[in-house]
Amino acid sequence: MNNELFTLRVNGIDYEVSDSWLGESLLDVLRDRIGLMGSKGACTQGECGSCSVMVDDVLVCSCLVMGASAIDQNIITIEGVAPVGTPSDVQQAFVDAGAVQCGFCTPGLVMAVHDLLKRRGRPTETEIREELAGNVCRCTGYGRIVDAVERVSVQRRGNSQEESS
Amino acid sequence: MSVVEDTQTLRAGTIGDSPARPDGISKVQGGYAFSSDLSADGCLFGATLRSPYPYARIVSIDQSAAWKISGVEAVITADDVPGQLTYGLISQDQPVFASDVVRYVGEPVAAVAALDPETARRALDAIVVEYDERSPLLDPETAIAEGHELIHPDGNLIRHQRIVHGNPDASGAVVVEGTYEIGMQDQAFLGLEAAIAYPDPGADGVELHLATQWLHEDQGQIAACLGVSDDKVRLVLGGVGGAFGAREDISLQVHTCLLALRLGRPVRMAYSRAESFLGHVHRHPATIWMRHHADAAGTLVNVEARFVFDGGAYASTSSAVLVNGITMAQGPYACPNGQVDGYAVRTNHLPCGAMRGFGAVQACFAYESQMDKLADACGLEPQEIRVRNAMRTGDTLLTGQPVMNVAPVEECIRETAALPLPDEPVGGAPLGDGSPNVMKLPGGAGRTADTRDIVRGIGWGVSIKNLMYSETFDDYSTARCRLTDGVVTLKFATAEVGQGFITIAGQIARTVLGVDEVVLDQIDTGVGSAGSTSASRQTWMSGGAVDAACRAARERLFEAVGRSYGIEPVRFMIDGTDVIDTAGDLRIPVSEASAGLEIEETVEYHHPETEDLDELGQGNCHTAFAFVAHRAVVDVDPELGLVKVIQIATAQDVGNALNPLSVVGQIEGGIAQGLGLAVMEEIIQIDGVIRNGNFTDYLLPTFLDMPPVLTTLIEQPDPHAPLGAKGVGEPPCISSTPAVVAAIRDALRQAGIEKPLNRVPVRPADICL
Repeated sequence: MNNELFTLRVNGIDYEVSDSWLGESLLDVLRDRIGLMGSKGACTQGECGSCSVMVDDVLVCSCLVMGASAIDQNIITIEGVAPVGTPSDVQQAFVDAGAVQCGFCTPGLVMAVHDLLKRRGRPTETEIREELAGNVCRCTGYGRIVDAVERVSVQRRGNSQEESS
Repeated sequence: MSVVEDTQTLRAGTIGDSPARPDGISKVQGGYAFSSDLSADGCLFGATLRSPYPYARIVSIDQSAAWKISGVEAVITADDVPGQLTYGLISQDQPVFASDVVRYVGEPVAAVAALDPETARRALDAIVVEYDERSPLLDPETAIAEGHELIHPDGNLIRHQRIVHGNPDASGAVVVEGTYEIGMQDQAFLGLEAAIAYPDPGADGVELHLATQWLHEDQGQIAACLGVSDDKVRLVLGGVGGAFGAREDISLQVHTCLLALRLGRPVRMAYSRAESFLGHVHRHPATIWMRHHADAAGTLVNVEARFVFDGGAYASTSSAVLVNGITMAQGPYACPNGQVDGYAVRTNHLPCGAMRGFGAVQACFAYESQMDKLADACGLEPQEIRVRNAMRTGDTLLTGQPVMNVAPVEECIRETAALPLPDEPVGGAPLGDGSPNVMKLPGGAGRTADTRDIVRGIGWGVSIKNLMYSETFDDYSTARCRLTDGVVTLKFATAEVGQGFITIAGQIARTVLGVDEVVLDQIDTGVGSAGSTSASRQTWMSGGAVDAACRAARERLFEAVGRSYGIEPVRFMIDGTDVIDTAGDLRIPVSEASAGLEIEETVEYHHPETEDLDELGQGNCHTAFAFVAHRAVVDVDPELGLVKVIQIATAQDVGNALNPLSVVGQIEGGIAQGLGLAVMEEIIQIDGVIRNGNFTDYLLPTFLDMPPVLTTLIEQPDPHAPLGAKGVGEPPCISSTPAVVAAIRDALRQAGIEKPLNRVPVRPADICL
């Protein structure tokens, strides 16, 4: 197992990774080498979405991305979404809508919802369900999560109308 | 029901409100520490060697090559267990490590600790175990047949229990019969098993941080296996990523502690998904035969049943699952006569134990399928036959036990029926070009279904669930309330697994004591047991304990205020955030009244005693009951066997919804698991070997599989519940399963196809072949 030296830019900060083995997943590098524990691992097969992060504005399952291949790219994890104690609108809506139970799927879902709402400002319920179908939640049955997404969608439209008027 | 009347108008954060979870912000921001996120400087990584065979004799274990790997610090086997060699929730029949025989694929044989996880895995590969393979026992009926080899010293029969009630030979004009099968479901919590053990200096004790459902039960079982007293094992709840029953049994607890104590260093263990499928118990597969007798009007006369639960290799909670199943055989319906025979048996399958619904799920699929057959035979609509037989308070179970709780079965059915049916046609509202939205068709984006071939069906399911533990078990709960300077600090060992007990604990304290600020102390074994987070019991039991502790503190507060003002304490009450004199003008804020006081009260809450069942299955064995109705609407492609669940409607008997948003969350989440069992989820074992122990092959409901859920809460506060509130966690996943299957049968019937669909999960081949 050769240790490789490489640098990852995560949430705007450069992290030198010196103890990773070649081929180690981005999820494991983020968690075990860099110490960012917000991204979760639940299947290591890209089935559950708990490990979702943004790599150069593309939502990926970090368990399926090789850590060393993510050099020279902007990686955003759940820790980079908003400062601690100042949740984003999506994060706050998850709490307010009852979209959080055990919370293990939540960081990945928050990443996926931010990505969804950036690409589609007014998703229908079916679109929300289709877009988020790569993120498994075992606690909620998804209803309150859909509600949280719709709340943010409405709220953002209200904000943009205020800005334009 | 005493707290509620104190609240005239709803104050924020009190009972009946839906305040935010106290851990919500840290969970959405990724800062919440799950047990798999815990680490320590210099900690070692543990890993478990497991049997590849369902049944084999261990000839030898050669550790020598593992010890030669640089970075390997320990290799342990059964020889290294200093205390009791076995553990188990009800009977201690499961080895910490198999020493002579392995009885299921995945049974632990050895464990290692190494400097990093990869080295630990290589060490496992280097351990050479020589096995002498035996022919596995895989058929439960064979297991209990006379003369078969016993695969465990305790025998192949874990428990047999009969129920004979009234006139078991009674019959009626209508008789329907069927045999039903339920597959093995996995709890599939997302947060995998993980723990970290810190040995005490001198390594004579250990502190274990872990995800579990029942800290004190784990403590006792771990201490016994370590050969130390309970106080040498302290447990702290790490963040729990879901549970659903799978964390009630021991998995990695003893192994982690053994390694840490042996090495005098912290040791971390964490399962992969594949290992998790092997490392925890599952929902019992069951085969259930039932024969229902009714009069011509459809009124139940007699229920006969035979249950066989496959417990897998070790007993776990199989005997309690069996009793739940057989005592719920009649469902939420009055029935004067019955005869039930139930077996929980041992095989070389994966061990089975607790999963949400715990025996009631299996029974419900059978009795609800039967109720539909009965409705057909009597020419009644599904909801008509259910209303006609609906259980009421005072009706008795086949055990002779009267149901003394609120029993709004008829209301559940009628309120469910009152919820609107979907107004969209098959395929949803047509898109701009007139085509259907494929995402709303069975098969989804695969575009495999053609709208013209799809039929829509409606099905019903209604269920009963016992709350709390049964058969004389005193599953009490303990809570401590400290009040000082207007701030309440609560301490309890109640496992928060995601359900939201920590939210309602604060609500109860705010309501009873008139405070705004509630601090939650660490959840650990530093206070008395809370019992398990299972059996839909924590709202009732730990809610009752928190309520009682807060009331005791309130008495002390009233005494102190009384002394200061020369007023009899009985005259005081809490009004909002004030202490008021009900016979005078005094009104002072609780913050002022409690300034400088240090009030601390610890209270145990016990439910009334229950009884064992006698030989004929008679006895008041259960504590309390809750009810629910489900109506499912499905679209089915009969040719391809594809199903899309379009809507679930439900009305649930919740007593008093302490936190309505949390209740809805439990209902929707439970229904998702019921839907999963109906059409998706099953652990497949072939010749005793699990074939789909991963999330690619074990299918969990996604956003697209789950339909909208329409919910009505039936709020009739239960006079026996400390807060009027019934547990709400399990009922949603019990009758949602048969409702979905009934809807599929209904759809097929409309297409002119009669299919029994007597097995869950329903597979495409069951529909189209």
